[in-house]
Amino acid sequence: MLCLEKITIKQGDFHLSANWSVAAGQKLAIIGPSGGGKSTLLSTIAGFVVPQSGRLRVEGQDVTATAPGARPVSLLFQDHNLFPHLSVAQNVGLGLRPDLKLNQAERDAVQSGLERVGLTGMSGRYPAALSGGQRQRVALARALLRRKPVLMLDEPFAALGPALKAEMLDLVDEITRDTGATLLMVTHDPEDAKRIADVTSLVSGGVAAVPVDTAELFANPPEMLRAYIGS
Amino acid sequence: MIRTTLMAAGLALTLLGAASAEQKPILNVYTYDSFVSDWGPGPLVETAFEAICDCDLKFTAAGDGAAVLARVQLEGARSKADVVLGLDTNLTARAAKSGLFAPHGLTPTGLTLPTDWDDPLFVPYDWGYFAFVYDTTRLKRVPRSFEALIAAPEDLKIIIQDPRSSTPGLGLLMWIEAAYGDRAPEIWAGLAPHILTVTPGWSEAYGMFLKGEADLVLSYTTSPSYHIIAEQDVTKAAAVFDEGHYMQIEVAAKLAAAPSPELADLFLDFMLSEAFQSIIPTTNWMYPAVMPKAGLPKGFETPVSPDKALLLSPDEAAAIRNGAVDTWLTALSK
Amino acid sequence: MADRAQQIGLNWASPLAGFLPGFLAAGFLVLLSLGTLAVVAMNADGLGGLGAADLAAVQFTISQALVSAVISVVLAVPVARALARRQFVGRRLLIVLLGAPFILPVIVAVLGLLAVYGRAGILSDLLVWLGFQRLNIYGFSGVVLAHVFFNLPLATRLILQGWQSIPAEHFRLAAQLSMRPRDVMRYLEWPMLRAILPGAFATIFLLCVTSFAVALTLGGGPKATTVEVAIYQAFRFDFNLGKAASLALAQFGICAIAALMAWRLAAPARFGQGLDLRVQRWDCAAAHQIVFDFCILAAVALFLLAPLAMVTVEGALGLPELPAAVLPAIWRSLWVAVGSALLTLALALALAQAVAGLTGRNDRQAGLLEAVGYLSIAASPMVIGTGLFLFLFPLVDPVALALPITALVNAAMALPFALRSLIPAMRDVHQNFGQLADSLGMSGWHRFRLVIWPRIRPAAGFSTGLAAALSMGDLGVVALFADADTATLPLLLYRLMGSYQMAAASAVGLILVALSLALFWGFDRGGRAYAMS
Repeated sequence: MLCLEKITIKQGDFHLSANWSVAAGQKLAIIGPSGGGKSTLLSTIAGFVVPQSGRLRVEGQDVTATAPGARPVSLLFQDHNLFPHLSVAQNVGLGLRPDLKLNQAERDAVQSGLERVGLTGMSGRYPAALSGGQRQRVALARALLRRKPVLMLDEPFAALGPALKAEMLDLVDEITRDTGATLLMVTHDPEDAKRIADVTSLVSGGVAAVPVDTAELFANPPEMLRAYIGS
Repeated sequence: MIRTTLMAAGLALTLLGAASAEQKPILNVYTYDSFVSDWGPGPLVETAFEAICDCDLKFTAAGDGAAVLARVQLEGARSKADVVLGLDTNLTARAAKSGLFAPHGLTPTGLTLPTDWDDPLFVPYDWGYFAFVYDTTRLKRVPRSFEALIAAPEDLKIIIQDPRSSTPGLGLLMWIEAAYGDRAPEIWAGLAPHILTVTPGWSEAYGMFLKGEADLVLSYTTSPSYHIIAEQDVTKAAAVFDEGHYMQIEVAAKLAAAPSPELADLFLDFMLSEAFQSIIPTTNWMYPAVMPKAGLPKGFETPVSPDKALLLSPDEAAAIRNGAVDTWLTALSK
Repeated sequence: MADRAQQIGLNWASPLAGFLPGFLAAGFLVLLSLGTLAVVAMNADGLGGLGAADLAAVQFTISQALVSAVISVVLAVPVARALARRQFVGRRLLIVLLGAPFILPVIVAVLGLLAVYGRAGILSDLLVWLGFQRLNIYGFSGVVLAHVFFNLPLATRLILQGWQSIPAEHFRLAAQLSMRPRDVMRYLEWPMLRAILPGAFATIFLLCVTSFAVALTLGGGPKATTVEVAIYQAFRFDFNLGKAASLALAQFGICAIAALMAWRLAAPARFGQGLDLRVQRWDCAAAHQIVFDFCILAAVALFLLAPLAMVTVEGALGLPELPAAVLPAIWRSLWVAVGSALLTLALALALAQAVAGLTGRNDRQAGLLEAVGYLSIAASPMVIGTGLFLFLFPLVDPVALALPITALVNAAMALPFALRSLIPAMRDVHQNFGQLADSLGMSGWHRFRLVIWPRIRPAAGFSTGLAAALSMGDLGVVALFADADTATLPLLLYRLMGSYQMAAASAVGLILVALSLALFWGFDRGGRAYAMS
């Protein structure tokens, strides 16, 4: 359960408010025009942006003032998800121990995590030797191992082709199903939302709207959504 | 608690005192860099003095004479220095005014300086003449006076040192003041076109001269002696000037707050002895203040006759110094 | 739980705590540069007035520094461009060697310069042979020649870094748009130069302002007196501490104005991040460009390396004359150099970490910290040394601490150069990987070991090498404190020259050059080894 209680964010001229919650295990798509505040919303939940007011709870626990690393969330950025000077296995291992002092069991977990995302045998490689899709798979493997109750995607697959993106979304779907994590996914593509999101929130005009059922939303789009998708 | 601390401190002090009592007493002598270098008199003087004093002679070097004086002035009355060695008559007025030095109480006999000496604070240990040094293979028409130098073709170049940072530099200033008095500005104006450059210290100037940058360099009459005796090189000579040559007399003195005043007295006395004076010529490359029994080594003959020695008294030198520097600055800044 | 609370404290909830080392380092630097000045002024019962000669020194200082900095920077642009866009065998070696003059001990460099450009130098001999007059460089031109010799390498280095910061993608884009060389200059290179040049100019201007022995030796007369020389004379000639303090303040003033102007003029270039592709150029393959580039490289290499070659030859001839005292002096110098380089690195890391972390969060504090890091460039080593002496003398025997104090002051003097390369590197890490590290809960030592250090290692190696080399060649404050048994190599060199031992002094000069370069090369190489893009 992720609760945004009367959250307001203000950065210069920009402002955004949100007052809603998502049930545990639900998949939420966040959609809306660029500059509307989709990424800022995720950054706030991750702890990089401090809200001006309101409280943020994850599974009942108030995390409004918790440091980013101590929050029960994992966030995949658009890029810079990996440290270029660390190997694939090391990048994944950081999800288990931030000091990388892994024991045998943890090393095994890293290997099985890599297997799970289809990167068997790649553990010794460095990010520069991977394709864009493979890099995001590594980041997914790390999120998988971290087992945080909330997984957030800030358009990490935007640069991938349609088939590859669909594949990655399916992988995310499977992983969240396995771990029971709540998923928050920023996207600008309605198809992504329709593909895996149970509910969708439209972020526009300074408000992150209360999430509604994805299928219903697109079947009967409000004015602002129509303007965005151009129908 | 406080009592225990005090007792511990007292015990420590007692132990320290006992430890130092077993060691030999220390004589601290502050001097200039080249005195203590491996080629300078320092190592030999240390051995010779320690043989008679049953003490540990420690040299501390600080640049040149002016830096040594600045050092003891910075340290003030808390200085651990017993003796300062290496001031010259251009510095003694400032040194005397500082009140840091004590009378030596000696009546030096047998001084072979070309001038009288009766200073109560400072003991002379060696002396020299400033002179322009040239290379006999390169310079054929050697100027024999400042006026001849001024009259020489303009491509005859000399290197001098800055009087504000170097002993020979200040020496030349005094030389011209002593020889020409009121005509000094005119002499400087005449010299200006011949001055290739003004260096901060003697080393830079002499190094540049040896590389062939200039025809003459301001140095000492003993510089050619070094080349003759140490390098068997007879191509360097000092130009003897008709006006006479300004002297540098190097002196030492005891600090009023010397931690070991008896040793300091002993050292000042030792400085005028045969043992010390015979070391000076071929290590410090200056003339001894008391002629050693064996005389001077071959190649060390003074080319200047004693009646041509020029020297301003310390007070005179101090009084005209700032004015002379201004004259010099004005003449050379045109 | 305690562990977690600490993490929060260090990284997030109270960001200042993580920057504490940076603020401590800044406080230390303020004490070292301004505190020592205050100590000197207090011992003199206040500041002393300045006379006409001092004002003339201020004027000469500014004019020669301006001309030297302009020439260095303007010459460096084509050199850096040629180095940036040409690949050839020995390019790296040439870059290292071109850096040599910057780390040469002043007196060695001056004698090397004279051996080539002096009245009795090989160039004069050549001119006479061709039927021309001998060169006479003494005067304003000599000072400027020496300063360009010292600082052209630094300017080249700084501008070359700028060129290398333009992502390869931009040149590919330029090639696609069939940009001519002049367009590339206008759209890619000029914005970079616009961002880099004011800083490079200011750095060199400041170095020339605080220059000491060169000005006097090649200056041709008392007109060539810099403020630093006037400070030296106030100490030595008049023992006027108040005047020395006033002059030091004037020097700070000149430097502050120059720094402020550079800061106003500098327009930050925004190139974004490339993917670390190897830069390949399509706009400079014309024959005349290639000829121009190699001609300018050859000319500059000849200008800079000929004096160096003379230093090497004369030093090699003097090697048999080396005294036994040279070995202990080598050890002492190495200890001082490595010690001060590591201290520079520690100070620079603390400051860069705080500056990079505060950027965007508290820009005023970040700017202030950065400015303090550059403070020592405007400080007078003479005043620092004397101030430290006055401060320490009642407490300990300064002579016993001669070498540690020398290392300390050298570290502060090298710090501005270390910061120039470490702050941008640290900013990159913070910008690109700060959030990722935060979200993974990496903090403290592990964050440094796993994230920061691997990313900044090349910059750290370069800075440490430069600091070690500068410390090796600098006479520094050791002359104020040392006694017979604590001479470093530069001090030994001066003592040899003062004892007519010119040949041995040349040999010590050669050893100094070789060791400085070796130290620089070693640290720089160590920083690059295993570094991955």
